[in-house]
Amino acid sequence: MSRWKISVDKNVCIGSAMCVAIALDRFVLDERQRSGPAEAEIDPDELVRDAAASCPSEAISLVDADTRQPADPD
Amino acid sequence: MTVDSSPVKFTPALPGQPVPEIRTISGDRPVFRAELPDRRIVWLVTGYENVRQMLVDQRFSRALAVAPGQARPGFEMFAAGSINGMDPPEHTRLRKLVASAFTARRVEALRPRVASIVSELIDAMLGRPQPADLVAGFSLPLPAQVICEMLGVPAEDTEQFHAWSDTIVGDWQRDSDEIMTALVELYGYFGALIEAKRARPADDLMSALIAARDDADRLSEQELTVMCCTLLIGGHETTANQINLSLLLLLDHPDQVATLRADPESIPGAVEELLRCSRLGGLAPARVTTEDVQIGGVTIPAGEQVIPLFGTANRDPSVFADPDRFDVTRDAAGHLSFGAGVHHCLGAQLARVELQEAFRGLIGRLPGLRLAVPASELEFKPGMAIHSLRELPVLWGEP
Repeated sequence: MSRWKISVDKNVCIGSAMCVAIALDRFVLDERQRSGPAEAEIDPDELVRDAAASCPSEAISLVDADTRQPADPD
Repeated sequence: MTVDSSPVKFTPALPGQPVPEIRTISGDRPVFRAELPDRRIVWLVTGYENVRQMLVDQRFSRALAVAPGQARPGFEMFAAGSINGMDPPEHTRLRKLVASAFTARRVEALRPRVASIVSELIDAMLGRPQPADLVAGFSLPLPAQVICEMLGVPAEDTEQFHAWSDTIVGDWQRDSDEIMTALVELYGYFGALIEAKRARPADDLMSALIAARDDADRLSEQELTVMCCTLLIGGHETTANQINLSLLLLLDHPDQVATLRADPESIPGAVEELLRCSRLGGLAPARVTTEDVQIGGVTIPAGEQVIPLFGTANRDPSVFADPDRFDVTRDAAGHLSFGAGVHHCLGAQLARVELQEAFRGLIGRLPGLRLAVPASELEFKPGMAIHSLRELPVLWGEP
């Protein structure tokens, strides 16, 4: 199964910490409370997909690491 | 660290009262046990880092706090069936259904409509004699109209569901039969509305939720009804009073109003500072620990009620320099007035747009805006959930 690549647009992130609360260990907040992936490439994880779908600023993008196509959104 | 101290008596400050010096009350402990006026023994969590840690940590459960036998009448009884009283994964399943309607991008697209409602309301105020009641004429109808249009609820029914909402979230001292009656009536109202929408779907959020139920079975009928009620109630009382309290704060600082009038581009930043400084809520909803949790140098045992004190986070000097100073030009981003974690306010981005447009309109079109009565005469509704003003009589123009 192909891997997922996570990226977070820090300019769009509003620091709600929604992703950290949903998918603990997958996201980390910097000192300005902006989120970023703990690891940029992961095995598929439904919680990460939930976090992306729940992000209030749509800052999280999730793509197939090989094809660069969106890891089909919910 | 062991827990041996007896609980500290703690009474949340009412609107208009000075905020108690928490450090003095708690003996300088950031996390401490307290006895509330209703006799509940809870843990109170203070300071930016601790409050934030608590909000993102799923071991502090909302579902346990509103479980049968725990939920108190009023807001918590209502919350028990809503996303506000759920934990992941149930919370995630339901919230995802509405999250996309409230993203920054979607809400930004509503800005012109919000601005035009603001403009219509101010036109109406200008056409009537002064003083005007800002609550009835502006701060309540603005968010009510916006959420009604989003959901697809007839705006004519505003007064009726505002009465229900008031009973449910307003006053926790109220007779619980009265609250139950209001809840049943509100659910009945939405039940009928959902049936009507089901027969005649429209391009609105309620129709989208009905489709999520009927086509994809992603939520139950009960969840659908409660979600609609949650969005409606959450969508107006809070924003209305954030407008009121923000205006009170601004009117105390005429020099800063002048700054905003001279430079309307600074209004979005000012809204963040207004959110940081005003005390919209009383005590925040409690969480219950699912296991022993370490926070702020203590271990809170499993099964204890824990309440974050948001005011102490928003006025934490390690994050906001000179925190008691209200300054519309400061960078107040990072305040926790919308919470954080899975329960981060669903309507945060919408509220921001509404507040920005509200103040653009009020400051731009009503120069000389001021209270028509002394601030000490303003009356707040009883209750702990939201500090709601009954009326806000204002004048404008040349004194």
